[in-house]
Amino acid sequence: MMGASASESAYRVLMGVLESRTGQTLSPNRIWRIEMSLKPVMQRHGIADLDALVGALVTADSRQLLDDTVDAMLNNETYFYREHNVFDDIAATALEKLRAINAERRRLTIWHCGVSTGQEAYSMAMLIAEQGAKWAGWQVDIVGTDVSHQAIGRARVGLFSQFEIQRGLPVQRMVRWFDQTESGWLAKADLRRRIDFSVQNMLTDRPPLASPADLIFCRNLLLYFSLPMRQKAFARLRAAAAPQSFLVLGAGETVLGQTDQFVASPRLRGLYEPADQQARRFGSGRPVAA
Amino acid sequence: MSKSCLVVDDSKVIRKVARHILESMSFAVEEAADGQEALTYCRANRPDVILLDWNMPVMSGMEFLGAFNDLDYGHEERPRVVFCTTENSIDHIRAAIEAGADEYVMKPFDRETLEGKLQLVGVA
Repeated sequence: MMGASASESAYRVLMGVLESRTGQTLSPNRIWRIEMSLKPVMQRHGIADLDALVGALVTADSRQLLDDTVDAMLNNETYFYREHNVFDDIAATALEKLRAINAERRRLTIWHCGVSTGQEAYSMAMLIAEQGAKWAGWQVDIVGTDVSHQAIGRARVGLFSQFEIQRGLPVQRMVRWFDQTESGWLAKADLRRRIDFSVQNMLTDRPPLASPADLIFCRNLLLYFSLPMRQKAFARLRAAAAPQSFLVLGAGETVLGQTDQFVASPRLRGLYEPADQQARRFGSGRPVAA
Repeated sequence: MSKSCLVVDDSKVIRKVARHILESMSFAVEEAADGQEALTYCRANRPDVILLDWNMPVMSGMEFLGAFNDLDYGHEERPRVVFCTTENSIDHIRAAIEAGADEYVMKPFDRETLEGKLQLVGVA
């Protein structure tokens, strides 16, 4: 149901802006939130209502207003160690497999696609750092990207509110990896330097990776795409993935009926692998060294 | 079998809110108004988790932990302790962890936050 205080055409324009800039669509149950989400943007830019905002977007040619509007419509929900079992499993299995696969190159690339304000990338960075000696002599690149300028700005700073810091983050890790400041909890420099955050539209921009990704997190992002966009997104993820790599999706997300680029990993429960690697492995009748 | 939680807080309101949240998560809930009452309860019972206020009359959360750490649970696992506080200084949090708390949660808390903390200590 559309909100009552703005014209339907205003909503249609805003949804069109979101889709053209990010590929994301707004499900009916998120449309009602538009006005609430955009209120701070309208206040900041001195705009009275949604109709006026649409007018300004069309006529003012303001990049800042456009960025702010798109950012406000995105769902930036995230927290540390979201579905913590996923991280436990990755630490116990996927990272071990990848260590074996990449033993010669001694290089590991982890890409957090749709990283929002960064908690997921910080979670992995803490996990890797705590494995210490295991990764000594390795180059471990952790890259976080998101289409939201505002979210990436926050991720780079690494400052989290009391509410954010206590969502999912074990207290031992909090006191080890974060400093308390007057404005919140700041990730220590040693943690921040382990992650590169960049603004990226995953449907149109190349991911800023120096090497193909061995482990890709793309959780709770694809659900905002239409099926054709989702298929495109899977193709982009596949293009960025190393031949022997793993993809992590959100709980409730799957590749089944969505793409033939990835298949469920026969080795690791809950993870996905590039489909062509699977075909090669089964075709040859020999398992790939892992 | 449902898990059990001992809520230790001198505020009736906080105990009521905690009980409401915990019961909605199918916990069996017991209450104590200070550390001494909690200690008496823990000498005879083994809750799965203790939600422990820090500043209380009679016996504080810190004093409770000192005595609680000496209790012998035999082969059974020691109850987990989540301390609840309005004081979020890192020194305060460190002191609680060193005294034996497993997690902490800031007051006031909502269901999602508390559930997250109980998951972290493995009881939810």
